[in-house]
Amino acid sequence: MTTDVFVAPGRPGSLVEVKPRYENFIGGAWVAPVKGQYMANVSPVNGKPFCEVAKSTAEDVELALDAAHRAKGAWGEASLAERAAVLNRIADAIEANLEMLAVAESWENGKPVRETLAADIPLCVDHFRYFAGATRSLEGRLTEIDKDTVAYHFHEPLGVVGQIVPFNFPLLMAAWKIAPALAAGNCTVLKPASPTPWSILKLAEVIADVVPPGVINIVTGPGGEIGKALATSPRIAKIGFTGETTTGRLIMQYAAENIIPSTVELGGKSPNIFFEDVMAEDDEFLDKAVEGLVLYAFNKGEVCTCPSRALVQESIYDRFMERALGRIQKIIQGNPLDRATMIGPQVSAQQLEKIASYVEIGRQEGAECLIGGQPAELKGELAGGYYFQPTVLKGNNKMRVFQEEIFGPVLAVTTFKDEADAVEIGNDTLYGLGAGVWTRNGNLAYRMGRAIKAGRVWTNCYHLYPAGAAFGGYKISGVGRENHQMMLEHYSQTKNLLVSYSTKPLGFF
Amino acid sequence: MKRTAAEPVWRVTATPAALEAISHLVAERGSVMFFQSGGCCDGSLPICFDNGEFIIGGHDVLLGTVGRCPFYIDGRQYQVWRHTQLILDVGDGAPEGFSLPAGGDKHFVTRSRVFSAEERAALDDP
Repeated sequence: MTTDVFVAPGRPGSLVEVKPRYENFIGGAWVAPVKGQYMANVSPVNGKPFCEVAKSTAEDVELALDAAHRAKGAWGEASLAERAAVLNRIADAIEANLEMLAVAESWENGKPVRETLAADIPLCVDHFRYFAGATRSLEGRLTEIDKDTVAYHFHEPLGVVGQIVPFNFPLLMAAWKIAPALAAGNCTVLKPASPTPWSILKLAEVIADVVPPGVINIVTGPGGEIGKALATSPRIAKIGFTGETTTGRLIMQYAAENIIPSTVELGGKSPNIFFEDVMAEDDEFLDKAVEGLVLYAFNKGEVCTCPSRALVQESIYDRFMERALGRIQKIIQGNPLDRATMIGPQVSAQQLEKIASYVEIGRQEGAECLIGGQPAELKGELAGGYYFQPTVLKGNNKMRVFQEEIFGPVLAVTTFKDEADAVEIGNDTLYGLGAGVWTRNGNLAYRMGRAIKAGRVWTNCYHLYPAGAAFGGYKISGVGRENHQMMLEHYSQTKNLLVSYSTKPLGFF
Repeated sequence: MKRTAAEPVWRVTATPAALEAISHLVAERGSVMFFQSGGCCDGSLPICFDNGEFIIGGHDVLLGTVGRCPFYIDGRQYQVWRHTQLILDVGDGAPEGFSLPAGGDKHFVTRSRVFSAEERAALDDP
């Protein structure tokens, strides 16, 4: 029998145990913060604190770096088979606790369990398995420079890396970062986002026994304090970051000061483009396309690749939007622990406030609100939560609501005339992370896919994140790629052995 | 509200709460600076740094000063935000990102207002 509504973590009968207080996960053990400070961790479902986590300081980052540096020698020399085995064991442990972690993730972030059960956690599992496989296929290269001279190229681990993950997919973004780092033989010190520090600690509980101590270290606390301490540390060999643009620049600046590489993934304002032929038939594909527009509400819009600009060909605008708005009207908003719920609360009060202020800017700019437009007032236990109605604003691409990432369930919709117009509007943005193209015409789909300046163009689909499909940004959406074995290059350095097998002197001296 | 021709139009202003938070920060740490962020997660929030912490590039735009502290925006972002006035304010809750707090459990926020046609005409770079 499946449960329709999961019991909230920490309550009698819940799958998820909640301790009153969580320490940092360092060197395979739970370590109290040096200064003994903790901060309350709030669930956005009801706006109430449900546990405390360490409010760490730079000293705790140093402890984590100590542990990682102690572990890096043995882990860096572990055979590919051993590394893969550890990654597979992490995957197995997550899979064995799938429902527990899904409920924990929903409770802390607010995303519905229908997403965490079907996407977030299974994708974490698959991600570790993908990189377990990828590490087994790691091969160096050699070049025969001449008959007696050979250039050997080895992948060597960087050593200890710093990784900072965002609040929107706390576990999946951690998996995206941890799996390739470990696969390439590195140890990591990871800082979860301030609003979502806890679910990753639940994950640490699950994998503590299968990961060598010090290979994964997790330190919670304020970004300005420990994020900075980690990113500026001369003891990391690389920094990976997902978040917003200014902090991305800051991270790259810190990396430049230490002359280390960085990869940054920095958000977007992704166009989702619907050509008129999607309505040529009233069939399953049209239904898929309509759902494709409504996917802006996936994870309540808190997705870097949220398809937050819908561009609909003007010849079908009225008919297509009528269907789409009908579907949006049927979105069930409420307790994310209920399997029927499609949209939960925003992650924090600050995010809710920001979303509301954007809708207000949109109104001032002359956008027309087609549906929603304000916080949703839910009753009973959910009354203190951070809910926002699924919203659609109609306007033009010069408005700020079309140009700036709102990070909420707010869609900006406009029309286009033809293919050239679609390309122009689609690319009229500072960002270039994702895009969607919907058409029954394969030639058109291909041309559009190549013309859109974005790192990923979903074609007749959206919001799929399989391991093995490279993910990353064009323009100011970032530098580097994730989710693909090419990540192993990002987390390795190349050692060249240039060997002469000749016995003859050069003859210069 | 009618403006007189002599009255300047500011691209960025600050509420009394923001000015008070800035004066506390300045007293505590020396001068601070603001950079308007964009995109993802904590995007759209102003990030407050110790002055000089964030390296200003050649294409960044100085929008103005708040409590004598500089307030910058990325030049490309400026192009798509320039029809709005930014109003620095303070909100409840500690900052979720890398910004200095606006004192205690508060964070800085940017509120926005679309300039009137008259105000736009009065700007140096309308």
